[in-house]
Amino acid sequence: MLSSSARRGAAALLGAAVLTTLSACGAAPDQQPAGATGDAKGTVRPGAAASVADFGGMEGLVAAAEKEGQLNVIALPADWANYGEMLKAFQAKYPKIKVGSENPDASSADEIAAVKSRKGQKRAPDVLDLGIAFARSGAAENLFAPYKVTAWDKIPASQKDADGRWYNDYGGYVSIGCDAAKIPTCPQTFADLLKPEYKGKVALNGNPTKSGSAFGGVYAAALANKGSFADIQPGIDFFGQLRKSGNFIPVESTPATVEKGETPISIDWDYLNAGYAEQFKGKGVDWKVAVPTDGVYAQYYSQAVNKDAPNPAAARLWMEFLYSAQGQNLWLKGHARPVLLPAMTQDGTVDKDAVTKLPQVQGTPSFPESTELDKAKATLAEKWDKALS
Amino acid sequence: MSAPTSTRSTGTAGGDGRRRRGPRTWLAALPLLAFTGLCFGIPLGAIAFGAVTRTDATTGATRLTGEHLARSLQGPYLASLIGSVQLSALTAVTGGVLGVLIAQAVVTSRSAALRGAVLTASGVLANFGGVPLAFAFIATVGISGVVTRLADLTDLGWDLYSFTGLTVVYLYFLIPLMVLVIAPALDGLRPQWREAAQNNGATGWQFWRHVGLPVLTPSLLGGFVLLFGTAFAAHATAAALVGGSVPLVTLKIADALSGNVLTGQENVALALGLDMILIAGLIMAVYLPLQRRSARWLR
Repeated sequence: MLSSSARRGAAALLGAAVLTTLSACGAAPDQQPAGATGDAKGTVRPGAAASVADFGGMEGLVAAAEKEGQLNVIALPADWANYGEMLKAFQAKYPKIKVGSENPDASSADEIAAVKSRKGQKRAPDVLDLGIAFARSGAAENLFAPYKVTAWDKIPASQKDADGRWYNDYGGYVSIGCDAAKIPTCPQTFADLLKPEYKGKVALNGNPTKSGSAFGGVYAAALANKGSFADIQPGIDFFGQLRKSGNFIPVESTPATVEKGETPISIDWDYLNAGYAEQFKGKGVDWKVAVPTDGVYAQYYSQAVNKDAPNPAAARLWMEFLYSAQGQNLWLKGHARPVLLPAMTQDGTVDKDAVTKLPQVQGTPSFPESTELDKAKATLAEKWDKALS
Repeated sequence: MSAPTSTRSTGTAGGDGRRRRGPRTWLAALPLLAFTGLCFGIPLGAIAFGAVTRTDATTGATRLTGEHLARSLQGPYLASLIGSVQLSALTAVTGGVLGVLIAQAVVTSRSAALRGAVLTASGVLANFGGVPLAFAFIATVGISGVVTRLADLTDLGWDLYSFTGLTVVYLYFLIPLMVLVIAPALDGLRPQWREAAQNNGATGWQFWRHVGLPVLTPSLLGGFVLLFGTAFAAHATAAALVGGSVPLVTLKIADALSGNVLTGQENVALALGLDMILIAGLIMAVYLPLQRRSARWLR
């Protein structure tokens, strides 16, 4: 009897301890109302500014951002679409703003989780670079602040949210990378990949139920095999067939496996494949990139400002920087296609050297509707494992 | 595992006076209880809560639902749970048997150097997992791996990126783990017991059947459970090697929780986590009575 009542006592004490700790966590001391500081020249506080005009022009925005002195970015790998140089260029241009780059290899889901779990804290991310599905669902959950950059009107209507809560930043095409040093004739189309000579050579950059680029690969394969945005099944069947014939190996292709020669053919975004070509030059890997003509699929990432950004002015300054000619050309230098590429080609601000280095593509890209994308993902999650095993 | 030990001892040694312990005894256990409560209790509560509720994205209202748990037991999610249990059971049994044989060989050998080397190496290898291990295997026995090409393994039907391949990779860290946990138990088999059995005319088989194995059973069971749990919870190695071609529950959780493709599946991931805890609990529910029964032998 005694021992059981003692145990109950312990449980009560434990519960009390847990509660105190919990409430201590909840009242994190670094809480700070968004936009309360840095009320510079504009009439609106930075957290509510919807365009640069609300700061009274670019000087006002820069002053407000420099007063904050900090910018938190997340999920920007230095070797992805030239983000390394992008961050350095921003830092060089605005030395008074300290850029904190957190968890470069985070996924879109991690970014959204960081926004939600650190709401109201100084450590929360200010700006986000998201997969399109996460941009749309995040906007639906009211996580982003509407902000229209100066170049807003030049972004095609199909690539932005009408309220300015997210808009596409850069993207690329599904491409077939191939090590010409090991493969006599590189495949140019999805149909080519079925040839017996590619047995044990074809890989995706990850598992399509998790990796955005691998998902793009399956979607493009669907388009190449009489599928459509609404019907991804032919793409799943295509990879099932490749797996059965032994051409497809389910290992995740990485720079390491490419250099090792384990994944001599890798389906990935063209900007990443084009990056490999430069990275491996002179290391015994002759990496060639082809955008398959039978399955043309482009996907763009989207940029958004955290509604509760701890540094709302710096976040908006970062957006203006990304959508300036300088920012767009930096992405272009990383072989990614910035969203303003058509507009910049017209007005002549584009880096022409970088354009000539882009893999060639036939035709213009089209994009799936939200509902089509959701359906494709649900189908993939349901059928992918079975098709492969 | 400490709980059953203490209840057992209360039943045997000492008298009534010792069984009734004053409040000071449990006070000493308070740090442990607080730690367990904080580090296991709260996450467990969060998982359980998330698995059975849904928060509406726009209104923020939370309501109770069974749909996540139901989904986690259907289609590809169910297949991944089954796949994980199969892989873990197979690797735990194989790794356990091989680990015991190796440990026995090392323990009974006369070379102290061999013993030291094997045990140290086991300590290192048992913790060698994840992406580095996956890449080590890719480089040696992958399709273009050094050994694969030297020995023409592909012609022999070898495929690293399959269930069999993954089993071999898992054994690479599970066997050393078994060696580590079972070696002390094998040390505890006193040579005198064997001599006594032999003096009474027992054969080697009879010694193992009636003395060796019964004494070892609690440790063997413990080792099996540890190996099963390790394999069941492993993630990074499999993610790098086989993607979706071998369905595993940890891969599904990662897809749903931190992917770039699926949105709004976090609660299904939590439900899958709860399923995993239930399976682990089930294993323990079988293991603990068995362990207690066979441990009675040792008193």
